Amino acid sequence: MKKIITIIMALALVAVFAVSMVACGNDGSKVNEVEIPALELEQPDYSDLTIPSSFKIGMICLHDESSTYDLNFINAFKAACKELGLSKSQYTIKVNVPEGAQCETVARELAADSCKVIFADSFGHGPYMLKAAKDYPDVQFCHATGTGTTTTDQANFHNAFASIYEGRYLAGIAAGMKLNEMIEAGKFTAAQAKIGYVGAFKYAEVVSGFTSFYLGVKSVCPSVTMEVQFTDSWFDPTAEKNAAETLIARGCKLISQHADSMGAPSACEAAGVPNVSYNGSTIEDCSNTFIISSRIDWTPYVKYIIAQSVKGQAIDDNYVGTLKDGSVVLTALNGDVMAAGTVEAIVAARAKLVAGTLEVFDTANFTVDGDHITEYTADVIDNGEADFWAADTQVIEGGIFKESKFRSAPYFDVKIDGITWLN
Amino acid sequence: MNTNKKTREPLFHLIKRANVPAWQPWAIRIGALLLGFIIMGILCMISLETNPIDAWKYMFKGAFGIGTTAKTAKFKTLALLRDLSLLLLFALAVTPAFKMKFWNIGAEGQVLMAALFSMMCIQYFGGKVPNVPLIFICLAAAMIGGIIWAVIPALFKAKWNTNETLFTLMMNYVVIQLIIFMIKVWVPNGSQSLAPSAYANLPKIAGEDFWFTIIIALALTAFMFVYLRFSKHGYEISVVGESENTARYIGIKVKKVIIRTLIVSGIVCGIIGFLLVNGINHTVSEKDAGGRGFTAILVSWLAKFNPIFMILTAFLVVFLTKGTEGIMEENQITNEFFSQVLIGIMFLLIIACEFFINYKIVFRHRTAKPQPVLAVSESQAAGSVDDRSGEAAEAPVEGASTALQTDETADQAAKEE
Repeated sequence: MKKIITIIMALALVAVFAVSMVACGNDGSKVNEVEIPALELEQPDYSDLTIPSSFKIGMICLHDESSTYDLNFINAFKAACKELGLSKSQYTIKVNVPEGAQCETVARELAADSCKVIFADSFGHGPYMLKAAKDYPDVQFCHATGTGTTTTDQANFHNAFASIYEGRYLAGIAAGMKLNEMIEAGKFTAAQAKIGYVGAFKYAEVVSGFTSFYLGVKSVCPSVTMEVQFTDSWFDPTAEKNAAETLIARGCKLISQHADSMGAPSACEAAGVPNVSYNGSTIEDCSNTFIISSRIDWTPYVKYIIAQSVKGQAIDDNYVGTLKDGSVVLTALNGDVMAAGTVEAIVAARAKLVAGTLEVFDTANFTVDGDHITEYTADVIDNGEADFWAADTQVIEGGIFKESKFRSAPYFDVKIDGITWLN
Repeated sequence: MNTNKKTREPLFHLIKRANVPAWQPWAIRIGALLLGFIIMGILCMISLETNPIDAWKYMFKGAFGIGTTAKTAKFKTLALLRDLSLLLLFALAVTPAFKMKFWNIGAEGQVLMAALFSMMCIQYFGGKVPNVPLIFICLAAAMIGGIIWAVIPALFKAKWNTNETLFTLMMNYVVIQLIIFMIKVWVPNGSQSLAPSAYANLPKIAGEDFWFTIIIALALTAFMFVYLRFSKHGYEISVVGESENTARYIGIKVKKVIIRTLIVSGIVCGIIGFLLVNGINHTVSEKDAGGRGFTAILVSWLAKFNPIFMILTAFLVVFLTKGTEGIMEENQITNEFFSQVLIGIMFLLIIACEFFINYKIVFRHRTAKPQPVLAVSESQAAGSVDDRSGEAAEAPVEGASTALQTDETADQAAKEE
């Protein structure tokens, strides 16, 4: 008898577990996504490109696909290989490669295995990619987010990034429209319009990202101020959640983030505070608060490096992907959360950015200590060792801070008025 | 209640193996390995739709580059040997303490501390002191770092009998935070990565920087084998591990042995940290140890704390890691869940086989007589009180007497204390 009861209990447990799994799977299926009309892209035509069957390309990732950052790269890499008709044996993806000698070993292994192009996705991979590049002059080593090409003449080593600050700016417009809607609804006054930002490090890429986002918000909601809380980590779900909660408790009406976990978006969903995401849509899990997300689509770049390598042509040392070539993209808007007119506002601003009539870092749009700056020397060149972080290049030309002009990776690190760094 | 119930012998019971021939444990181990490979093949066939033979081929391709060019094969094999050497070094660092039953799970932290000390020397003396003396300064500093981090828990254990497992584990996190802090000091506006340094790098041997680690690992393995097997220190470690009371009785100073052994561990950790910074990465990161400090426990334990066997167990771990990576790569799988499952199954089998080396299962129908001493189960002892026959009555009595005996021995032990 006892045995039968035990078996029944066990079966019941399994059944409950199975039902709960199914229930989880069905959750959040009702989301209202509003697509932004696609921009007419200017992409090279690869239709007449014939890739020899001996061609191989390798990719080096810091983590595996469980990190949203690496997943974004892996998806783009696979998509590019598929679109250009590479077979499975023509591309290799190495995951969980730390930013140390292991990266050099893996890069050299790929090169020895006759890869013609090797692409690494994390900043710290740079020095090790460069070392491997020196041993394999016939192989192209491409490094996303890196700055190494500012100090080396190594012909087969290249950096790449995208003008993601334009994507952030457009996402900021969606956030500003939402603030305006809440002000009009009488939820708070224009003077109380304060937003929060969860940043990873006090690093130019992050500073450039949140400043462009803030300027986007400010372009539609001029009274806005912003507070930034840093987590000192690229991926720390707890720290990001805590930072978002701190910001919400301090009265921030809307949150955005530059960190790779679901920490901040889920804290916003729990508190019912609108959220602008990064690296990909979080609408499935945060259907009541997610507004929009910007991200870099690396597919055009991967296609470009494959094509250049096959054609035997040089790869740009500092490639900057743009809105126009499809590297900087916005996800669909959340129709349930966005303010009316958001799509139109984003499309209008995007047209101006593409035409060059609008610049995100126009010095007329922000002040530093109350003044409009006319010159600024940024740290563009990585000299290594002691003066690694020394400012070296005048980056303001004609009243505009020229981000991504002197190297692909961002270097905007100005503390502008209206943004408070909390820690 | 259960008056009609017959006393039943359980379906099977366990017997400790005695007088086993020397070949038998090895046959069981090899059997477990083969079974593991077969299960791996079947799992790959089911979930990846890969032919098992291809899956095994991919493992060798991933580990040694078999089936690729000669150049790749040589490079992959060397890289595997380097990884093997690193893991082996971690295992060598924990082994003396383990033999003493001092469960040091802080090799991770001890190595990181050594690496941090070495990197500090490079940061503050690089360019000011010539490279050759700087390399030796780094080595000395790394050893000091390793020793400090190993001896602190040893002192607490010797003085106040604190729990070394928790202590060493928590010390790991302290170092991780220290390294993060120091990188922030050196690179205030960075993204938590310190660029490799040009100073105090170990020279390449035969054009590769793999060899230094491999040679040092081999030398230290030989040293550790001799140290544990033939030296007076090694003997003292064994005695303290078997019984502290015996050790005290024959005049071994247990506290001294604990601290001295952890200094040895610290020195080995110092060498690993030095190799990581000066020979391999040329920088420091809180992820440098890569979990090897924990994997090394498995390596050391599976080899029964014998340094020579640890070469085999470390090879097994590295081969499985690289081999399953090979399977994933061939199938364009970019997460590590499946490879973790495969490795997990393999280790489960290997650990389980150690159990079957020590015990054998005896099923009901194969035994003519019940074996009261070894097979008295609780249900038998408690459930058969009502209808006890003359024979069965002996069993509980016997059980009671052994219980009494154990109580007595416990009392004796307490008095001795």
